[in-house]
Amino acid sequence: MSGTLKRVIRIFFTYSIKIISLLLAVSIISFVLVSASPVDPVQQYILGLGTAVSPEQRAEIEDYWGVNEPPIERYFSWLSELLKGNLGESAIYRRPVADIIGERFVNSLALMLCAWILSAIIGFSLGCIMGMYKDKLPDRILKKICYILSSVPTFWLGLVFLLIFAVGFRWFPIGFSSPIGVLSKDVTIWQKLHHLILPAFTLSLMSFANIALHTRQKLVDVLNSEYVLFAKARGEGRWTILCRHGLRNILLPALTLQFASFAELFGGSVMAENVFSYPGLGSAVAAAGLNSDVPLLLGVTLFSALFVCVGNMIANLLYGIIDPQIREVGE
Amino acid sequence: MKKINRRTKVLILTVIMAIVFVAIYLFGIFIPEEAVAGSFLNAKKAPSWEHPFGTDALGRDLLMRTLKGLSVSITVGIAASVISAVIAVFVGIAAATGSKRLDAFINWCIDLVMGVPHTILVILISFALGRGLKGLLVGIASTHWCSLARLIRGEVLQLRSQQYVAVSRKLGKSSGWILIHHLLPHLVPQFFVGLILLFPHAVLHEASISFLGFGLPPEQPAIGIILSESMRYISTGMWWQAVLPGLTLVLIVLLVDKLGDNLRTILDPYSAQE
Amino acid sequence: MIQKKETLLEIHDLSVSFRMYDHGLEQTDLKVISDLHLTVYPGEIVAIAGSSGSGKSLLASAILGILPGNATVYGHISYKGQQLSAERQRQLRGTKIALVPQSVAYLDPLLKVGQQADGHKKPYPTEKRRSLFKRFGLPDKTEQLYPYQLSGGMARRVLVSTALITDSELIIADEPTPGMSLNQALEALKMFREMANEGKAVILITHDIDLAFEFADRVAVFYAGTTVETAPASDFKKGPNALRHPYSKALWRALPQNGFHSIEGFQPYAGNLPKGCLFAPRCPYKTSKCEEGIPPVTEVRGGEVRCYHVT
Repeated sequence: MSGTLKRVIRIFFTYSIKIISLLLAVSIISFVLVSASPVDPVQQYILGLGTAVSPEQRAEIEDYWGVNEPPIERYFSWLSELLKGNLGESAIYRRPVADIIGERFVNSLALMLCAWILSAIIGFSLGCIMGMYKDKLPDRILKKICYILSSVPTFWLGLVFLLIFAVGFRWFPIGFSSPIGVLSKDVTIWQKLHHLILPAFTLSLMSFANIALHTRQKLVDVLNSEYVLFAKARGEGRWTILCRHGLRNILLPALTLQFASFAELFGGSVMAENVFSYPGLGSAVAAAGLNSDVPLLLGVTLFSALFVCVGNMIANLLYGIIDPQIREVGE
Repeated sequence: MKKINRRTKVLILTVIMAIVFVAIYLFGIFIPEEAVAGSFLNAKKAPSWEHPFGTDALGRDLLMRTLKGLSVSITVGIAASVISAVIAVFVGIAAATGSKRLDAFINWCIDLVMGVPHTILVILISFALGRGLKGLLVGIASTHWCSLARLIRGEVLQLRSQQYVAVSRKLGKSSGWILIHHLLPHLVPQFFVGLILLFPHAVLHEASISFLGFGLPPEQPAIGIILSESMRYISTGMWWQAVLPGLTLVLIVLLVDKLGDNLRTILDPYSAQE
Repeated sequence: MIQKKETLLEIHDLSVSFRMYDHGLEQTDLKVISDLHLTVYPGEIVAIAGSSGSGKSLLASAILGILPGNATVYGHISYKGQQLSAERQRQLRGTKIALVPQSVAYLDPLLKVGQQADGHKKPYPTEKRRSLFKRFGLPDKTEQLYPYQLSGGMARRVLVSTALITDSELIIADEPTPGMSLNQALEALKMFREMANEGKAVILITHDIDLAFEFADRVAVFYAGTTVETAPASDFKKGPNALRHPYSKALWRALPQNGFHSIEGFQPYAGNLPKGCLFAPRCPYKTSKCEEGIPPVTEVRGGEVRCYHVT
């Protein structure tokens, strides 16, 4: 057992180093990109203030932003502030970026978590059905559906759902995570959930096809294996085989894939949040980009990279802990 | 006999699909400006024989606008996937044939590109390049090469371990000669299939980014922009502007997906078993 | 005297062919077992001996009814005088007929060995398995291990245990001994013998001719997917003159202790079988008759043989 612990710690540390190097690279690249933008962030900031600014005040702001310093120095001062936890102030919200990210991430997390669990359950179950009925009618139909769904853009699906369920049936509100006109502290959890269902469902539809097709393939491989042949020889029935050998051997790869899909999940949530006017990180990043809110744009970019890396790290650790065959290779 | 029939059938189907695709594309390009001009008399009309897709809030015919938008999307999609696929080939071959360090570095780069959600990265790039076609193209092209590069790297590594390549090397052929005579013939089909399968992703991303407002300017009739406009009128029951252009996009994507699949079947007889 | 007893397993004219797809869409049938005859009586160990790649393992799958979907089976198999239908095979698998598979790949890589040996049906007592493991000299902690942690010999012993733990009347052991030490192999074979003495039967599939005639009561010589001769094991000890089929004789001569004389040629490939006797292309006694049709099974000196030139 201590071997497992040692291995997990080793994976953790090697992966942490990799994450740090990746995040550093992301920070450099995104900084270079926003610096290259023809949009003048100071001008945008001043426009955002909505009042006339004297040349002295302007110079002060420029000084604060460090616009006149060479880019490398600017990067390092930004980075050192970043390491202190100061991500700067958002130009559109007039509040520290870290606060906005923290607030909005809670909303996004609720959305992504629901979609993630939903897509995992739907995808895994459908994958199992497809694998068990390989090349039979249920498999053929579900496979078609999966292929079609992976060709449908999330945001369009969201629009159609809005039309059907919010405009048509009036089951769900058309936007915002809380009813209009109600103070945010008075919003009940049920109202929040009510607003969450449609975007979460849309988001889960985007990603379940992938996990379903993957699970199907894994299950087909397992069912063709020699150990399943032997299980048959010992009198195990189809469903016994699925429960005793199938699930055991496909659950882990599926879970790993699900953790490794954080990038698609985040990207999808950007679209879903914009369609459903859901106040999460995704709608914040779109607003930041459109309104040239550089600190917020940088902050969300870094945060999304961190989010994806953590998902990948969990996937790697899971693999190291649970799969005994990996242990053999590792030792 | 049977084999030839089936293959021919797939081939004919593929050609028909390609013709349909090209026809839609060309039709969209050659739609005159008058056809997509608005008239307030016609605003917000539901689909009819005269306007099969209905009209939008400015009275523009949505079928014409969708087709024109589609051809814009297709242009962006083709350009972005070609650039992506070319990057993928160079990177993939370099990773497979270069030093261990180069391979590790390229892997790290792929992890880097995969480490940021593509939507965010494209937003960032299009922000950097000033919104519009250029940002969109560069953004999509620079985020879509990763999986094809990995595929090509694997393919090259596998080819290099084949006996005939080893024999050629023993015979003193240079690596350039081996590249041209042994590797490229295998990689060219892979490249085209990869290219075609990249296309749907590129088009879907283009539509998403335009929908968010980072892609083409609002006066351009791109699908993403039509859909984003439809958001404004969605609560008034103007379903046609949201549903029909989106459906057309999905159909085109499915068409190209199937085209790529068929092409793979034709190029690789062994995959036909599945 | 054995022959007078009721048979446990009877196989007549068993053929198995696989539908294969060549170059995508053209299908061909590969005949991997052709017109096989085999009879197994209660209380005996029958060895099926033949070189590797001759389709012996598929015979086990055919008896158990677990061939892959693209396989077609012709011929008759009966168990205790009753036709073995698919339904009957399902009932007998793991309860009356048990398989000892070839390698550790037949164990689920993510399931602990103890649980796998116990099987999916709960009534199998863990106690019985522990005593079996003890008899095989498997350490107590073995049950907590995963298959990849087993050495080759340990894995074989676990595999044999999976069959012995059932109350099967027929055990089909597919190459059970390689990888075991001599003592362990002897222990396993001793257990098979004990089972046979209790009135059960064992089919021992092996490529090891020595093992076959040392431990079995009868030996079926397997060639290119069929049994060319079934003879009492004692005949193999007596030498080539006691044997009936030219291939059996050749096999005997090819043994190291008998001078290593191998015959020329190769076993025919399943997709390219000769029309007549399968051994004809390599047979020194071949006549034109041999190439026309497969010789029928004839009884000669208490054994069964498929040859026109029995001596």
